[in-house]
Amino acid sequence: MSLRIVVTVKYVPDATGDRHFADDLTVDRDDVDGLLSELDEYAVEQALQIADAADDAEITVLTVGPEDAKDALRKALSMGADKAIHVEDDDLHGTDAIGTSLVLAKAIEKAGFDLVVSGMASTDGTAGIVPALLAERLGVPQVTLLSEVSVEDGVVKGRRDGDTASEQLQASLPAVVSVTDQSGEARYPSFKGIMAAKKKPVQSWDLEDLEIEADEVGLAGAWTKVDSATERPARTAGTIVKDEGEGGKQLAEFLAGQKFI
Amino acid sequence: MAEVLVYVDHVDGAVRKPTLELLTLARRIGEPVAVALGPGAENTAAALAEHGAVKVLTHDAAEYADYLVVPKVDALQAAYDAVSPAAVLVPSSAEGKEIAARLAVRIGSGIITDATDLEAGDEGPVATQSAFAASFTTKSRIAKGVPVITVKPNSAAVEAAPAAGAVEALAVVFSEKATGTKVTARTPRASTGRPELTEAAIVVSGGRGVNGAENFSVIENLADSLGAAVGASRAAVDAGWYPHTNQVGQTGKSVSPQLYIASGISGAIQHRAGMQTSKTIVAINKDAEAPIFDLVDYGVVGDLFDVVPQLTEEIKTRKG
Repeated sequence: MSLRIVVTVKYVPDATGDRHFADDLTVDRDDVDGLLSELDEYAVEQALQIADAADDAEITVLTVGPEDAKDALRKALSMGADKAIHVEDDDLHGTDAIGTSLVLAKAIEKAGFDLVVSGMASTDGTAGIVPALLAERLGVPQVTLLSEVSVEDGVVKGRRDGDTASEQLQASLPAVVSVTDQSGEARYPSFKGIMAAKKKPVQSWDLEDLEIEADEVGLAGAWTKVDSATERPARTAGTIVKDEGEGGKQLAEFLAGQKFI
Repeated sequence: MAEVLVYVDHVDGAVRKPTLELLTLARRIGEPVAVALGPGAENTAAALAEHGAVKVLTHDAAEYADYLVVPKVDALQAAYDAVSPAAVLVPSSAEGKEIAARLAVRIGSGIITDATDLEAGDEGPVATQSAFAASFTTKSRIAKGVPVITVKPNSAAVEAAPAAGAVEALAVVFSEKATGTKVTARTPRASTGRPELTEAAIVVSGGRGVNGAENFSVIENLADSLGAAVGASRAAVDAGWYPHTNQVGQTGKSVSPQLYIASGISGAIQHRAGMQTSKTIVAINKDAEAPIFDLVDYGVVGDLFDVVPQLTEEIKTRKG
């Protein structure tokens, strides 16, 4: 029996670019290059390792996003995922986390799954709530924020490092897993992988395919409303001194002036 | 006045500081009703009452420790059903955000995470958030349902505001899903005696320039002279010089202290994402061109192994 793994990935604006908001206060995707969210590469990597350890497994990589988001799918396919699903629809523009989790959950159900693997957060929104939202919507256990993960005999096990304790977790499949950047370096796609990815199937689904009404998603259907986005004023230039033997004392004087000492 | 549910983060009855900050924000939009779960829940009442909780709903069961997240969602939902609040506020810990998110789906509400401020507005609470490595500030509200908002540590001052804090037992019936993810072992993190990174008023961080695990004592000594938490950049963590639990940045922890001191950290965007909202920023770096100097209120161009020990000594002297 094949282990069906779905990896959710996000296409995000490059953090080293000039990220900003569009006029409608959604993320401007036109002015900044996009890429597969770095934290999702760890999810793809762990899915590949879980698949390797299984007798028979198939990895589907899934994204919700505009046309360009196919780039994120290609990267995951070139790393070794088997096939991809791209959910794309004009009505999705401006969808928030709750809406995205609805679309992802419907797509995951339609695709069929035993295990969902996600990154710990996206590198643009950074909320880190989509894996928990997926578990809630799919009605399956959440085994999230894992720095180590393994699957054996229909059971997923992992280690979750929290603020106050490190926990060992265990759940039966089907389940939703999310992994941190401590789970292990993600592999680079090989030339062979990149060539093979071009031939792998990428399915496109729209809202109708998922039986979602347009008013449940998008900017108009969003559960949250952004009223304003203001660029932080550049910090007024601070005082910068060169250490010529008294740098530490000068800094202490500054800290004392600010009442930190 | 409308009631506002406040989820209590506590360790065996000791309320963690972000929850006390949350009570300050909750009072701006209504009367705080606190929800404390797990071992020692009743012992939280005095601290919560002192900071404005009109009521403290408590419940303890083995499920909270034995299973991940969902039992707490069930309990918060039970409190929601009992109180019918105008908003639900939860501290922005990793677990807090997961609890809040699942509750939001269950009650058909939107969720705002990592708010850095909260004000009453005509159409419900207005939350401030920072975006894109804190280069933007947004103001948002919930468009559907009862607002569920998670708030970052250090977003408000802790204020005493004595209230009744009447303890009431919360009735909780766990859902079938509550026992889905078993916690099979738990190892408490060894205490360093220093403040928790995300909650600390002062954070002292070291990066690539620290150049070795053994040298981190220089950073720790400075931190201890200020009663600060110790942070590390991704470069220092990836090199194995300091634990990942102390990593500040996009893939680590986001901190917003009163004072942030970066030593030997160049200030790549990934690091800035985790510390740029700090109120006062100080950097020590050999490289005068390091991008961190664009952010600082005070910067010293110099060798951290000269500057930091001298600073530590001077602080000790001044503190007598």
